[in-house]
Amino acid sequence: MPISFTINGQPQQLEVDENTPLLWVVRDLLDLKGSKFGCGMAACGACTLIIDGEAIRSCTYPVKMAAGKNITTIEGLSAEGQLHPVQQAWMEEIVPQCGYCQSGFIMAAAALLEKHPQPSDQDIDDNILNICRCGTYYRMRKAIHRAAEIKNTQAQNQES
Amino acid sequence: MSKKKKGFSRRKFIVRSAIGVGVLLGSGYLAAPYYRRTVAGAVDKAEGMYMGKGQTPPLWFEVKADNQIILYSPKVEMGQGTLTGLAQLATDELEISIEQIQVVHAHTASGNIDQFSTGGSTSISGLWQPLRELAATMREMLKNEAARILQLPVSDLQAANGQITAGDKTITYGEVVAQTEEWTIPKTPELKPIKELKHIGKPLPRLDLKEKVTGAPIFGIDAELPDMLYGAIVRSEKIGARYLDADTSRAENMPGVIKIVKEPDFVGVIADSFTHAENAKLAIRAQWETDRNWQTRDIREMIQVGKGKPVSIQKKGNPGRQLRDETDTIHAEFESPIGAHAQMEPNGALAYVEEDKATVILSTQVTNITRKEVAKRLGFKPDQVDIQPTYLGGGFGRRLHTPHAAQVAVLSRAVGKPVKCFFSRKEEFQHDSFRPPTHHVLKAKLNEAGQIEAMEHNVSSGDVMYGSALLPAFVQKLIGSDVGAWRGGMIQYGAIPNYEAISWRVKLPFATSWWRSLGLLANTFAIESFMDELALKAGKDPVQFRLEHIQDDQRGFRLKEVIKAATEKAKYKDEVVDGRAMGFAASTDVNTPCAQVAEVSIEEGRIKVHKVTCAIDPGIAVNPDQVRAQCEGSINMGLSAAMYEQMEVNDGQLQPIIYGPYRMAMLKDAPKEIDVIILENDDKPGGVGEPPLGPIGAAIANAVFRLTGERLRKMPLEG
Repeated sequence: MPISFTINGQPQQLEVDENTPLLWVVRDLLDLKGSKFGCGMAACGACTLIIDGEAIRSCTYPVKMAAGKNITTIEGLSAEGQLHPVQQAWMEEIVPQCGYCQSGFIMAAAALLEKHPQPSDQDIDDNILNICRCGTYYRMRKAIHRAAEIKNTQAQNQES
Repeated sequence: MSKKKKGFSRRKFIVRSAIGVGVLLGSGYLAAPYYRRTVAGAVDKAEGMYMGKGQTPPLWFEVKADNQIILYSPKVEMGQGTLTGLAQLATDELEISIEQIQVVHAHTASGNIDQFSTGGSTSISGLWQPLRELAATMREMLKNEAARILQLPVSDLQAANGQITAGDKTITYGEVVAQTEEWTIPKTPELKPIKELKHIGKPLPRLDLKEKVTGAPIFGIDAELPDMLYGAIVRSEKIGARYLDADTSRAENMPGVIKIVKEPDFVGVIADSFTHAENAKLAIRAQWETDRNWQTRDIREMIQVGKGKPVSIQKKGNPGRQLRDETDTIHAEFESPIGAHAQMEPNGALAYVEEDKATVILSTQVTNITRKEVAKRLGFKPDQVDIQPTYLGGGFGRRLHTPHAAQVAVLSRAVGKPVKCFFSRKEEFQHDSFRPPTHHVLKAKLNEAGQIEAMEHNVSSGDVMYGSALLPAFVQKLIGSDVGAWRGGMIQYGAIPNYEAISWRVKLPFATSWWRSLGLLANTFAIESFMDELALKAGKDPVQFRLEHIQDDQRGFRLKEVIKAATEKAKYKDEVVDGRAMGFAASTDVNTPCAQVAEVSIEEGRIKVHKVTCAIDPGIAVNPDQVRAQCEGSINMGLSAAMYEQMEVNDGQLQPIIYGPYRMAMLKDAPKEIDVIILENDDKPGGVGEPPLGPIGAAIANAVFRLTGERLRKMPLEG
């Protein structure tokens, strides 16, 4: 039976083994390579994407569970050519080194800001549990705080 | 060293139309002198080396019609910022803006092949001189041809921003190239004085930022070719297992399976998707032969000072005689565990083998070795194989070994289609080329003034460079000991009258190899912990104690300066304030001294590092922001390895096999503050990718001693 969901604002319907991890559907069938394979056991967070507002590790998430849901990958995070505040902050702070884990962190941080518009260091420590081997954590933390600033400023500008 | 440009000075240039209008700059001259600079003499001081070998046509730069210049880099980008640094080296002499240059990885088919590797913190230092010379030469060539086109003397011309101007006449580089058929290579012009450089020394943003924050498909694992299939290779769980045969009957009928490939030394499967290939792989019953069920204690017993082959790597005076009387000798032992690379992107390759050529796209630090290995396996000549390196999802030394590339090529040949294949995380953890475990024995004697009279460092380590394809066997013999294992193991306090460092080599039953900074982390942990112990025995401040033992030469001066800079900035003090203590350590690696102060507390029985102040002297900092980034990253990676990480050997298996149980530092563990001070007390750039990994373990352990009175002698500190 085909599985339907919305991904980056586009409806999708796919004939696929329903137990296939969502990561491989996204990467290999939909050719969205921004979500990365790190461990295949939901232990590192490189495959993090957002489903109905929640940061999800897609390498162990069977595609059948995505049926009817709204998926955002890193490719859909920026709207109309405008980078998401987390991406902007990542650029400003020059966070990435090798870059491989960064999509997962950016998605996890974007989901965090939806729930905690001004996250404390403790909120960051408790919620961002991905792994970066290059050790870019120091700049990431700064970038998450900076992203909150950018996002809140944008929200204020829209209100006024 | 002769700087004559043999084969370079009067050779005709080639304009290759197939890739647009392009200038191909020859560089065959690079090979010989830079090769000569290598080997033993350069190892400790680590003169930067580039052992590139140009064939015809060697290619560095391409000028496109739209006046953009592409720099084809033989060095790969694995996070260290090399491509950005190389752009900075080239643009100043080319007289172009940073926006006008694009840096891409050179494919081996282009001929611009790095004979050595991307590693050892040598990319920028090694290309510092040659790349600027190439760029300056190319600028002069463009000016010479512009003079011909404009019919003006070359002395009237000015090059700036990718344009050549004389009075009111202007011609772009792209226009010059479009109107030039043959090029003459002039003598290498003089390079600009350092103070006139516009891009070198500036904290420019990385060139790959946008790709890396938008998830662009730039890594080996992202590569695709038309009609590509997915492969999986069966790997043993046990150390030392030899493949015998496999029962593939169940796998053959699994969904999506296209072919099973049985070779004398391995078995693999090809399927129509990653999951189908993985599932079929798990259904293959392979038979293996092993000699022994190794355990952690077996490995520990092998890694003991006193076992294996000792080689004295550094000696001054007669420490043996001084340390003979054990009653006044201070003695200490330290250990470090087996460490995994744990880079985030698994190893793998996309290979397409056709009748008489092969293309392999992958993350590799050794394009040339990968090429040779693939060629050998296929029975091809090396130039029939094109290795196309991608961005690396972490390197750290793991991608200096790429035997999987040849295996994937075999799979591709079996089906006549491109095949992509990569490791599972379990395979990564069990088939890593690990950082070897170490054992250190230190001895010293203090005189009546509380100064070190004699000191000895013995390190026993599994191999790092022995058996590696990276260094020819004769070089290994020449050096006689494992340079990688003792990196950081020499005593850097040259004012001590008698000292010796001795390296004990051990061959372990599993692969051990280069892990970012090699022996530096463990050796510095041992020596710098011991230095604190000696200082306390002598009743002296640990920092002053170190300064007293540093010799008065250029190397000593640079080390003293980083020590002073770090401790002054951190306001280092020898006391506990509000439950926090500071620990200090310093090291010198690839001629780059680095000093760190760690501010530590114990929270609920666990070590918490709040702040690290780091002073480093890499000589000229080509990109100060990336020097900072390398310090921050090294501190976090070193902290992770020193505090948490270790592999065990249980019933013949290397474990754990997944992140989490293989505990690594996360955001919550990383210091909230990292303060980096860059000194530039040298007239050329040195390495920065590894040196700042040295001090962190000892700095933390020294702070913990101050807090608890307990001397931590084993990494991981939280193990």
